[in-house]
Amino acid sequence: MFKRVIDETASDVVFDFEGTEVTARNGESVAAALLGAGVLSFRQTPVKDRARGPFCMMGVCFDCLMVIDGQPNRQACQVRAASGMKVARQIGAAELTLDQADPA
Amino acid sequence: MSFDIIIIGAGPAGMSAAITASDSGAKVLLLDDQPTPGGQIYRAIEAAGDKQANILGPDYMAGKPLAEKMRALNIEYVSDASVWQVTDEREVGYSTGGQARLVTAPAVILATGAMERPFPIKGWTLPGVMMAGAAQTMLKTSGLAAEGAIFAGCGPLLYLVAHQYLQAGVTISAIVDTTAKANRIPALSHLPGALKRWDLLLKGQKWQSEIRKSGTRIIDDVSALRVLGETKAEGLSVNTAGAWLDIKSEHVFLHQGVVPNVNLSFAAGLDHSWDERQLCWRPDTDTWCGASIDGIFVAGDGGGIGGGLAARAEGEIAALGALGKLGLIDTTTRDARAKSARATLSRELCIRPFLDTWFRPSDSFRVPIDDDAIICRCEELSLKDIRDTIEIGLVGPNQLKSFCRAGMGPCQGRFCGLTVQELIAKQTKRTAADVGYYRLRPPIKPLRLEELANLQIDDDT
Repeated sequence: MFKRVIDETASDVVFDFEGTEVTARNGESVAAALLGAGVLSFRQTPVKDRARGPFCMMGVCFDCLMVIDGQPNRQACQVRAASGMKVARQIGAAELTLDQADPA
Repeated sequence: MSFDIIIIGAGPAGMSAAITASDSGAKVLLLDDQPTPGGQIYRAIEAAGDKQANILGPDYMAGKPLAEKMRALNIEYVSDASVWQVTDEREVGYSTGGQARLVTAPAVILATGAMERPFPIKGWTLPGVMMAGAAQTMLKTSGLAAEGAIFAGCGPLLYLVAHQYLQAGVTISAIVDTTAKANRIPALSHLPGALKRWDLLLKGQKWQSEIRKSGTRIIDDVSALRVLGETKAEGLSVNTAGAWLDIKSEHVFLHQGVVPNVNLSFAAGLDHSWDERQLCWRPDTDTWCGASIDGIFVAGDGGGIGGGLAARAEGEIAALGALGKLGLIDTTTRDARAKSARATLSRELCIRPFLDTWFRPSDSFRVPIDDDAIICRCEELSLKDIRDTIEIGLVGPNQLKSFCRAGMGPCQGRFCGLTVQELIAKQTKRTAADVGYYRLRPPIKPLRLEELANLQIDDDT
């Protein structure tokens, strides 16, 4: 379990992770906030349904892909946590649905 | 708005290039994919205070004045910018906040830095397994550390992060050192050259002796590793001195050195050469960091591993090269101003042959030995899957893509390219250089069709 060994940054950011409230330090990524809250599994792989979590924390491995505010395939380590965000694990491959299309 | 120089990456090389160029009056666009400047080595440096200084040390804090200087100058710095292409016409495509843009400049400096070398062992895909550099990133950006983690692998960064954990008062279950004893003799021939940086060698010794004194368990003479667990990491199985030993932990941090992050330089069409000592590809460059395409420069670890201070020096040299090329400074000024950076660079690079050889990751950790160890994380292809595909008689990594999709998932081969290349070389009895690498094409970062459709082209003609 990750713990805060330095904890000086304000934590005004609260987002939703599959129905649970997660508090993030201001400016930190969704991945860091979730790992700090004890979440290790971020998605289920499209090929073999295996659990995966953040691996590189710098945007190169693409193993932290999540559904953030309805948009699939977001790199949780590259997205800054913001209040009101809705975050969910990505199960399998992203599906392109009609409601994602912008009618404009 | 038009720019003289576009710099990609705001780490030590990129920031130093931006400062040098801006100081000479060039209009600079500095693009970076992180929320704040610093790259990986100086990640989150602007927020660092006394606590970070105590845990992360002076080499990290040295990035602070650099970031301050970059901010103080008239540099167009864009954070959270994902650069997805650079063409041979120096058209740079990037997205920020869902808006894609295309901007062109007479000079482009790639300062894309390094990434950690793949460490393909059984179980390395399980949640709870991370690269040691990722653990360090967590410490830098969020002050987060994992109690009772296992650190496994080789190289200076492994010991640096372990040392930082101890500074933070965090207990480590074990350090599993995979450095091969067989490396010692070949490395010793490079020791005389390395002695110019005796201070660095001493620093490494100091970390190691402090870690030993802390009572942390250190295991060496390691020939094989397997991560334990089915749905998440539960520990590490270590073959040490011929016997298997299980260590429990839900956090396993792996590391066996860093390699240039070459996806952008390959996709830009630059010529690269295989570096047998660093076991990686590096873009070909001239004495001004100029690459094979006119007007494109490569600075820092993205061009070969030299470390943070070498990267700063190269950033300066590349910027001077670009300024000279654009006629913003004359060649006499350029040559004179490059002198101190060149001296720093040669001083920083003199230790590399020793470090590269001493910490050369073993063959059995670069290409897995367990049949079911995953090689391509995205497409979930094991050693057996890929070996069986090579067996059919294919000649290189690009054919492998068509046969089994290796390297075609979201990471675009970043975490399997080197393994696949070396596996093909081993199996077909050729050299890694001869086998070659995946052909990489833009976009090198995910780009939504909607962003591309709304592409904003900055054209000042």
